[in-house]
Amino acid sequence: MLDADFDFLRAYLKERSGLSLSAEKRYLIDSRLGPICRRFSLTGVPDLVTKLRQGRDRALETAVVEAMTTNETFFFRDKTPFDIFKDTILPQMLAARAGKRKLRIWCAAASSGQEPYSLAMILDEARAKLAGWQIEIVATDIAAEVLDKAKAGIYTQFEVQRGLPIQMLLKYFQQKGDAWHISPAIKSMVTFKQMNLIKDFSQLGQFDVIYCRNVLIYFDQPTKTDVLRRLSAALAPDGVLLLGAAETVIGLTDALAPHASKRGLYVASGAGRAGAGNTGAGNATAETGKMRVPAGGLRIAAGG
Amino acid sequence: MKHCLIVDDSAVIRKVARRILEGLSFRTSEAEDGEQALSRCRTEMPDAVLLDWNMPVMDGYSFLRALRELPGGEIPKVVFCTTENDVGNIARAMRAGADEYIMKPFDKEIMTAKMQEVGLV
Repeated sequence: MLDADFDFLRAYLKERSGLSLSAEKRYLIDSRLGPICRRFSLTGVPDLVTKLRQGRDRALETAVVEAMTTNETFFFRDKTPFDIFKDTILPQMLAARAGKRKLRIWCAAASSGQEPYSLAMILDEARAKLAGWQIEIVATDIAAEVLDKAKAGIYTQFEVQRGLPIQMLLKYFQQKGDAWHISPAIKSMVTFKQMNLIKDFSQLGQFDVIYCRNVLIYFDQPTKTDVLRRLSAALAPDGVLLLGAAETVIGLTDALAPHASKRGLYVASGAGRAGAGNTGAGNATAETGKMRVPAGGLRIAAGG
Repeated sequence: MKHCLIVDDSAVIRKVARRILEGLSFRTSEAEDGEQALSRCRTEMPDAVLLDWNMPVMDGYSFLRALRELPGGEIPKVVFCTTENDVGNIARAMRAGADEYIMKPFDKEIMTAKMQEVGLV
């Protein structure tokens, strides 16, 4: 591949998905775009780049972005973020929202649905305490193809064995041939939408809990800062954010702070906030955003 | 070091499972059928049993029921590892006292996840 083609693809992916493709990841171009070339009857990556430069094939553009974004996921991935939800976040949110009895959760990189469905199963296990509550799980991803799979809620034998306890498989899935279908009740708890995190997501509204795991690692520093700033603005004043184990807010935003003891959990620091819709790192409006309202009921202490 | 008894009539499966489990810091022992496995458990009760279903002499399901009747037989975490992937059989195994269930084929990730699930990793 010519350096010029690589540079073009790098800029192209950065602009459309925020993906920061370093020189060490150059090999991904061939491994992931090879199948796309075959699908679109192109002779190879140079031919594909020529087509992208012409800018006339939307289907090809979408396929390239979706192929280059990583969709690795499984049920209850990393376990701890779900234990934190069950044992810490949910009990405290139930107390803090006892008046309104409403809870909004956003899985910002839902991929093929395992993360939001894992949360839905936890909520179903706690349904005795949630009678009369209005709970919404919004699940978004940049890639339409994985969202289609998520909406279908159909998984292979391999997928249901990665992280899903067998009792939950028995309780929440139906076996149809070799496939496992998630129960309609769990499926109905999740709303899926296509959403690019580097674009304005303010229309989704405010959330009490946001899961945005293993996405920021693919972004460069200014993009991470921008996305975190807008995620912070999309959180309720006492809301919480969960990031992946290799991700942090430190050095990127002062609006959020790590929880004292729960790794991957971030809470409002009380520093300035900006609107969720203002994309672009260093945006002047962002720097002069409203101050965070002190937490009402939920008390998840931040810092050491 | 936790001890896992691998019960499978396939030497290849036992070898694959042994390598994965030893990589997870288990000490392993092996049996080729349920009866041999029961004999091993009477001598030394393991912390975990990785258990095939279809085996000659005594199958995994019969072994599990007999194991749970032994003194100390409630201790081992029993993880079925079998091609019996029908939901009815899975439910039957869980009712008989299995702790987790792996549907073959499996890989290191699945084995690790299941051993984590039963609290041994």
